[in-house]
Amino acid sequence: MRAPLSWLRDFAPFPDDIGLLSAALDDLGLVVEAVELVGEGLEDVVVAKVLGIAAIEGADRIRLITVDAGDGPLEIVCGAMNFEVGDRVPLAPVGAVLPGGFAIGRRKMKGIVSNGMLCSAAELKLAEDAAGLLVLGDEVAAEPGTLLTEALGLQTDTVFDLTVEGNRPDAWCMAGIARDLAARLHLPFTLATPPQPASNGTPIEEAASAQVESLDLCPRLTVSVLTGVTVAPSPQWIARRLTLAGMRPINNVVDASNYVMLERGQPTHPYDMAHVPGRGLIVRAASVGEQIETLDGVVRPVGLAGRGLGDTGADCLICDAENTAVGIAGIMGGASSEISDATAEVLIEAAYFTPMAIAHSSKRLGLRTEASARFERGCDPWGIDSSVNRFVELLTESAPGVRACDGRLDVRGDVPQSFDIDVPIARVDRQIGVPLSGAEIAALIEPIGFACAVGTTDDGIALLTVSVPTNRPDVRRAPFGIDDVIEEVARTFGYANVPRHTPTWPQPGRLNELQRSRRLAKDVLCGLGASEGWTNSFVSADAHHRVGLEGPAVRVSNPLVAEESFLRRSLMPGLLGALAHNASRRQGAVRLYEVGVVFSHPDEGAPRVVERSGAGGAQTALLPGERELLSAVLALDDDDARSATAMWHVLAEAFHVAGVRLVAPTAAETELPGLHPTRSALLMAEGPGGSRRSIGAVGEIDPAVAADHGLTITSGAGTAARRIGWLEVDLGLLFDPSAVARRVVTSAAVSRFPSSDVDLALVVDDGHPADLVGAALGAAAGELLESVTLFDVYRGTGIAEGSRSLAFRLRFCATDHTLTDDEVGGLRTRCIAAATSQFGAVLR
Amino acid sequence: MSETTEIEAAAILRDGAASIAATTSTDDLGRVETDLFGKRSVLANAQRSLGGLDPEARREKGRQFQEARSELEALVATRRAELAQAERAATLVADRLDLTEVIVDQVRSPLSRGHLHLVTQARDELEDVFVGMGFSVAEGPEAESDWYNFEALNFPPGHPARGMYDTMYLDIGEPETVLLRTHTSPVQIHLMEEAVRGDTLPIHAVMPGKCFRLDTPDATHLPVFNQIEGLVVDKGITFGDLAGTIQTFTTAYFGQGMQSRLRPAYFPFTEPSAEFEITCAICRGTGCRTCSNTGWIELGGCGMVDPAVFAAVGIDANVWSGFAFGFGIDRCALMRHEIPDLRSFIENDIRFLSQF
Repeated sequence: MRAPLSWLRDFAPFPDDIGLLSAALDDLGLVVEAVELVGEGLEDVVVAKVLGIAAIEGADRIRLITVDAGDGPLEIVCGAMNFEVGDRVPLAPVGAVLPGGFAIGRRKMKGIVSNGMLCSAAELKLAEDAAGLLVLGDEVAAEPGTLLTEALGLQTDTVFDLTVEGNRPDAWCMAGIARDLAARLHLPFTLATPPQPASNGTPIEEAASAQVESLDLCPRLTVSVLTGVTVAPSPQWIARRLTLAGMRPINNVVDASNYVMLERGQPTHPYDMAHVPGRGLIVRAASVGEQIETLDGVVRPVGLAGRGLGDTGADCLICDAENTAVGIAGIMGGASSEISDATAEVLIEAAYFTPMAIAHSSKRLGLRTEASARFERGCDPWGIDSSVNRFVELLTESAPGVRACDGRLDVRGDVPQSFDIDVPIARVDRQIGVPLSGAEIAALIEPIGFACAVGTTDDGIALLTVSVPTNRPDVRRAPFGIDDVIEEVARTFGYANVPRHTPTWPQPGRLNELQRSRRLAKDVLCGLGASEGWTNSFVSADAHHRVGLEGPAVRVSNPLVAEESFLRRSLMPGLLGALAHNASRRQGAVRLYEVGVVFSHPDEGAPRVVERSGAGGAQTALLPGERELLSAVLALDDDDARSATAMWHVLAEAFHVAGVRLVAPTAAETELPGLHPTRSALLMAEGPGGSRRSIGAVGEIDPAVAADHGLTITSGAGTAARRIGWLEVDLGLLFDPSAVARRVVTSAAVSRFPSSDVDLALVVDDGHPADLVGAALGAAAGELLESVTLFDVYRGTGIAEGSRSLAFRLRFCATDHTLTDDEVGGLRTRCIAAATSQFGAVLR
Repeated sequence: MSETTEIEAAAILRDGAASIAATTSTDDLGRVETDLFGKRSVLANAQRSLGGLDPEARREKGRQFQEARSELEALVATRRAELAQAERAATLVADRLDLTEVIVDQVRSPLSRGHLHLVTQARDELEDVFVGMGFSVAEGPEAESDWYNFEALNFPPGHPARGMYDTMYLDIGEPETVLLRTHTSPVQIHLMEEAVRGDTLPIHAVMPGKCFRLDTPDATHLPVFNQIEGLVVDKGITFGDLAGTIQTFTTAYFGQGMQSRLRPAYFPFTEPSAEFEITCAICRGTGCRTCSNTGWIELGGCGMVDPAVFAAVGIDANVWSGFAFGFGIDRCALMRHEIPDLRSFIENDIRFLSQF
């Protein structure tokens, strides 16, 4: 909110030192977003009287104005049209520099020299009105040549643009800011008690009625009636303060209401009594679907339950005495009873509404106003009377005939009252780390309205009994309220004054297994030339279908854009998009990977179930399943399923993975979504007891999918899909020893004796995967085997269709002797026999 | 004449259907298509010849030819799908690769190193700093229930402060009960619940992770962003400990001479609450455009755990006290590397990624 220093000084004698004031405000949590100096740059602007207005030949947008600015006639070219001969307007003479640094020079327009500039209120930064010149009214007595600042009684002013936190409704007004600031600067704070309004002799009960049907929504309603009202512009000083505070002056009645809200934080609502049928108000909950036209001219249905948790649709309405809605309580008035120039009798509604009810209504209706923002945070229910009196006091200045009916209609339900909290003094030290005495605490918080009394409990514990004022709804009752008070102690003591101490503890800090493994996995992929990307968690409706994934995706209720309506079920759409992005910038030869969460719909697979009891009773929520995947796209020029397979093997080696096989989906099984049907495989973890579980997939992107994502190459032979390697691993499973077996890393002696190699080229039917053949050879070889490696695969001439030659190198070694040829020969025979018997392999 | 054209339309259809059925490849089909519908095709000639007929006959014949054309077009489309399917199947079979036969040593791989995403680098370094200060690292789900994201953190339903969080909700269960976490604070609740269940208090942990808010992407906002929070619940923890921890971290991560300061703020889940600011890294505190001439940059929020939060998870606030803090990881990376636009993080342009 915008707080002019001149206004704050109504309440305490603040010094001129803006730096000091800003720092103090910041340190109190009244964050200074900006400091604006107003009225600066007006030193040269004078009052000028218009002597003549003449057309300029060939120009219809500008006119030649002759003015008297005290030194005889002066010719000015001016584009404004809103004044007449005899009016007095501000003149910035040649040489003047206006606010914002605009320097006035002698200019020639349409061949005519202009000796200065006549100014609008906006150009002088006095108001927002830029429509025409600032024409001085009759109430301003000033001869031509008088300084404008003198004529308008303007003083330079400083406006602090402050952010007041949501828990401080008390500080969301000039008096509240001044109260905090005065306490910090040890200055006396006074908030004057406004006088009782002059009476018109009519008892309020005869003039109006007030009834509250929903005391839960409106615990306090007051109605006052003013007669003899003349609607007119506000006095200059009120209009100027409202302008400085960022509100537009409207008329003396509305302005008085706004002024009181800005000064004291209490919204009030003035109605034209002539348009309040039945001369009274009824406050009630809206009936379901009831319609009301608000001041902004919108017809709104009310009383409908909203989407928000706990939002039952209980909108509170202000109705006339005939029960027709005239406004949404605490949020916005209706159009029917607006103050107009003809208003002579005013009904003032000043109430306390239940903050949560206003918050629900405001959110549901999408209607947030100065009033609703204050009510939803909590106004002082006992500040109403002085606020209404202040309203009348302000209005009387411009409408001296105003009289009030005697008394005030006041309907009360369960109105919040001041209460006491016993704060154990030791807890202050325990929470903030500053040992303060009861007296020291009292000296800090009494100036901001918390009355304190030092005492002890029966068992001798020192207590401070703190009386919580009703303008502090942020302070809860004990026990939580104790810490609310301590927060105020810390704030007024000054956070910067709290001694700092870095705590230590015996428990060591460390990353867990998953976190260390994740880092290693990323490091392995980087080592293979892949860079880490970060793609969107949200995808469009067809993104999954485009990578072959069918089935439900979790929909976002309120997506930012329609193309981001679903939570991703795979990293493939994002990574292919990233590839396409790079390809379109002539840098398509890249390897990218991402580690990220994908979501499954609770209807599918295993949802997470969360049960918690909140205020709304027990909540059982079905949540989307989440898996953390590592996915990589390999799109260097030579990359294909082989590169992805190699990447998997290197990754597996980093984690000592044992027992994960690459298993191509058989014809009977469904294809892998988005992957090339004959160049891809599942990563199948074979766990203890023969359990099999897929932990990911490796292979190549389906050429149709690649082409659909624009990942193609064009050559002499035409345009074809690019080969793009793909690796996807579920990290949760990969790092879970119960899902994926790890090689036991215990040291094995390294033999000092030479090893012997046996190379076997075996012709094996395509139906037998090479890894199984290798494993069978290894099993047959027994203990003396050091390694078995596939080193060549051959298909073609000399080999029957449907089979291939697999060349394995078996390396044998004994730890205690050099192997003899006989030994090696025997092993060779055993291995061949195993391959032949198990796979029908034929030695080439 | 009329008799002749009727026969012609039927004949065209019959002959055309036969040649479509006889095609053996999509290329073949393409040629047949030209023969059938091209400018010099029988059908085109026949349709052109209608000009000489009287209007009624022309209408009738025209309709017949048009029907023949439509039917042939449909047949072509069906055949094309069949052939494409067969060709794809044949290509895929010819393309077959048994991945168990891949010889890793023979796969060409670049001798070049990829790059960790800048955000990962920042996250890893932040984790390392905090691990060095005795924190463990905790993680949690990205989709949460209202309880974990709000209610347990002292935001009752309808609380105005919820409005600050521009929450993205999911279409699951009752409206607005399941959401994408708006901060990593739900992990704090999980941690505290687990510690209470397993009787394993104290807690000293940081929680990095993705968060989601309904923010239109611009130079300084992304709807998906990374945050790191810290939580300490122990005996005798004070606001002074919080201020000291923040300062130790500031020096450790941002460098010697970097200062931190706390300023009152409001968060429902902490009390006292504070914004914490650090010396502006650009001007080192002398004042510049980045810090609006204040010499300070706002980094995050912090405070002492609110007793209502302790009550929600069943921790006795008379025995334990604690503090929490949080700030943006992306913002740290942004500041350190003077990145003008956060959106660079999600473009995945290799020229950006490979700089770091």
